[in-house]
Amino acid sequence: MTLWAPLLAACAACYAIKLAGLSLPQRVLGDDRIQRIVPLLPVALLAALVATSTFAVGRHLVVDARAAALVVAAVAVLLRAPFLVVVAAGAATAALIRLLA
Amino acid sequence: MATGAYALSFGALSVTAGLSVLETCALSLLMFTGASQFAFIGVVGAGGNPWAGAATAALLGTRNGLYGMRLAAILQARGLKRLGAAHFIIDETTAMAIARETPADSRYAYWSTAIALFCLWNLGTLIGALATHALPDPKVLGLDAAPPAAFLALLAPRLRAREPVAIALAAAVLALVLLPFLPQGVPLLVIAVLVALTGLRPR
Repeated sequence: MTLWAPLLAACAACYAIKLAGLSLPQRVLGDDRIQRIVPLLPVALLAALVATSTFAVGRHLVVDARAAALVVAAVAVLLRAPFLVVVAAGAATAALIRLLA
Repeated sequence: MATGAYALSFGALSVTAGLSVLETCALSLLMFTGASQFAFIGVVGAGGNPWAGAATAALLGTRNGLYGMRLAAILQARGLKRLGAAHFIIDETTAMAIARETPADSRYAYWSTAIALFCLWNLGTLIGALATHALPDPKVLGLDAAPPAAFLALLAPRLRAREPVAIALAAAVLALVLLPFLPQGVPLLVIAVLVALTGLRPR
């Protein structure tokens, strides 16, 4: 039940950002600093999410089947595999390693 | 079709992260921006504070604001139509709209892409969520180990120059260094602040 408030707030924030883009005057969003920072945010945040989702268990760092899944996913990305194939390759690798372990 | 497959994986990973089918579908209907949705379920699924997940989702959504700025002149949407048009501003609809020669063609491309993607995205999410909900244990298929692959697939297209690669590496290392010392999800927000500070520095 506690998930609905942050979930809906995040949806509202994402919508407000889209609407602000359509509505605010060009000179606000055209500012050099905003033009520089905004495209770098997804790069930094997605890279941080790759790292933490691979190595974190709670607040501890571990190397487990997910690290192997990431390596296989990286190969799939380099081979320009579609999104679903990359995700499935990662999942299948983890499943296989657990099965063998 | 690619969108449908992408949506299937979102539905599957969201339910694996512990969200209900209804919460999963609400994200696709109301947030409708893929990377932000994956970030929200990623933080929640890892046991992080959902509000940190919400903040990360919003920060990942800031690029849609820049797309909106580029689309404002093309769409010329006023009143209720602007309120509706705003919801569909994502990478794909922006790319389709700005690739056209005339404003009329751009508007047609925007709305047709928006409607098609919105339907596919939500249908795919529902199917992925229901299918995963029906599984006795998504862990057997390794679905709980799939988020790193999903985030990597979202990141890879953004790494076409030297600066983003350097920032990605620095952010990944910093996230792991900060992890033991901060509540879960919070390192992401620290990293966002650092990116903003780097960008503010005079050149």
